Amino acid sequence: MKGNEALAEAAIRAGCKCFFGYPITPQTEISAYMAKRMAKAGGVFLQAESEIAAINMVLGAASTGVRAMTSSSSPGVSLKAEGISYIAGSDLPCVIINVQRGGPGLGGIQPSQADYWQATRALGHGDFHILVYAPCSVQEMVDTITKAFDMADKYRMPAMILADGLLGQMMEPVSFPEISPEKVEKPWATTGHGNKRKHNIVNSLYLQPDVLQKSVVDRFKRYEDIKANHAEAECYLTDDADIVVTAYGATARVAKSAVNMAREVGIKAGLIRPITLWPFPKKQMIEATKNAKTVLCVEMSMGQMIDDVKLALECSKPVEFFGRTGGVIPKPVEVLEEIKKYGGVK
Amino acid sequence: MAVVFEKPKALADIHTHYCPGCTHGIIHRILCEVIDEMDIEGDSIGVCPVGCSVMAYDYFNCDMIEAPHGRAPAVATGVKRANPDKFVFTYQGDGDLAAIGTAETVHAATRGENIVVIFVNNTTYGMTGGQMAPTTIPGQITQTTPFGRDPQVQGYPIRVCEMLATLDGTALAQRVAVDSVPHIKEAKKAIRKAFENQKNKAGFSIVEVLSTCPTNWGLAPVDAIKRLQDEMIPYYPLGVYKDKTGEGKK
Repeated sequence: MKGNEALAEAAIRAGCKCFFGYPITPQTEISAYMAKRMAKAGGVFLQAESEIAAINMVLGAASTGVRAMTSSSSPGVSLKAEGISYIAGSDLPCVIINVQRGGPGLGGIQPSQADYWQATRALGHGDFHILVYAPCSVQEMVDTITKAFDMADKYRMPAMILADGLLGQMMEPVSFPEISPEKVEKPWATTGHGNKRKHNIVNSLYLQPDVLQKSVVDRFKRYEDIKANHAEAECYLTDDADIVVTAYGATARVAKSAVNMAREVGIKAGLIRPITLWPFPKKQMIEATKNAKTVLCVEMSMGQMIDDVKLALECSKPVEFFGRTGGVIPKPVEVLEEIKKYGGVK
Repeated sequence: MAVVFEKPKALADIHTHYCPGCTHGIIHRILCEVIDEMDIEGDSIGVCPVGCSVMAYDYFNCDMIEAPHGRAPAVATGVKRANPDKFVFTYQGDGDLAAIGTAETVHAATRGENIVVIFVNNTTYGMTGGQMAPTTIPGQITQTTPFGRDPQVQGYPIRVCEMLATLDGTALAQRVAVDSVPHIKEAKKAIRKAFENQKNKAGFSIVEVLSTCPTNWGLAPVDAIKRLQDEMIPYYPLGVYKDKTGEGKK
């Protein structure tokens, strides 16, 4: 099944009731699939007039407590930033998919990971975070959607699936597990008070500085809980590794091939693949690299996640970088050359 | 003692932040009277975006959402699509609805989104201190048109009801004013009709309310009402511009 379509099907199975989208390559299949399936599944699909309208429709639907989602690719996600900031500031859950393409500007339509900073640092103005998941296969994208909705509901915040054009467009075998999405009570939802309770207000405006500060600080307390309990990474052959490669998403699969090739020529290489980008798996990064002399960060960008790797390791060891950008996908042999260069046979 | 006059139930009993002489209060009141009369407070969700009415969530007793600037029709679309049986309304100013939110307004209308839009046109950005709005009349002095709006430089105002009346999805496009008792009664009737339309799933209903901004116009409240009558109504004629139900009159 194609990655984008699998994402859409998985979202419906995860209980997504409203999907609002806008066409942009390479994620348009998500909308097309939703258009076919959503009504039959008892949900709402609506093509919005813009990315801005789409994310605000998500805001409206999420305000009423239903699971709502939008998807886009890089330039479109930039347009959603305003709405995402409001959603975060209003403590609303939702899921946003970014099937990344090359940038900046209109960039290109080939796979990229150049929106790491945007996803983890800057999806809109103000002090806030969103959950960022970086699956590396079609199956993992399917499995992640339910988790993203559950976590978004639990912590009342947006969750993003940060995919890329490679994952969105590739076809892989996929199975849809039997899932029972977590039922979360949403007493805050604006569904009409039915003359049974005081009115609910969904709002991100606090004109008193101390009140606004308190709302932000309270939110950051929730973030601490997430950072302590929900950072995820997958480690591969890192225990005895002299050089640990780190990469996420589709790039991690390229890196894994390179690690296997390195092992075949006697280089003790390993791989740590962050699965959550926010929260960044700091503890796992420290643990996986504790015996390594060098860390090599590989990305489809000019080097963005490398900042978090260095922060996690507090610059305790050299962190080298290899990247391709603009839609160019790194090859395993290229990564192998880098492994040889930094961690190879002297 | 017989009660002869009281505050609508849907209107919260608190002080408002609106300036003295501002007609938002009248519009809030008649909107709440309609909600009371139709007994729909418990089934209503209001969406108020950025502008003077941004804090309207404190004044209306129904469930409320504060939306980003200009995005109320999109937010309301999300609410309504997820809850088709609820009453959903937006309450927007002219800068919000006809400048930064033009796309959201036009597309909600053309989709025939089954919502009510209360559009308060006072020809200026009130909240930020009186800058040129998309509805600022040619010659009107504002903070950003200190020599008067010059169409050669700043272009022309938008007549929203006339524009939206051209769209098939619009069920009701009516312009009213709150400068006099007869006009206020007419305004309330229009708002009632808009909500009845929503009940009957007739489509998108917009009621444009010509309103005053004494503070930013630099006029006393009574003079502000006079300006509404002498300058705004001639430029923005009152009337029904579209009525799909066929009951209205031009």
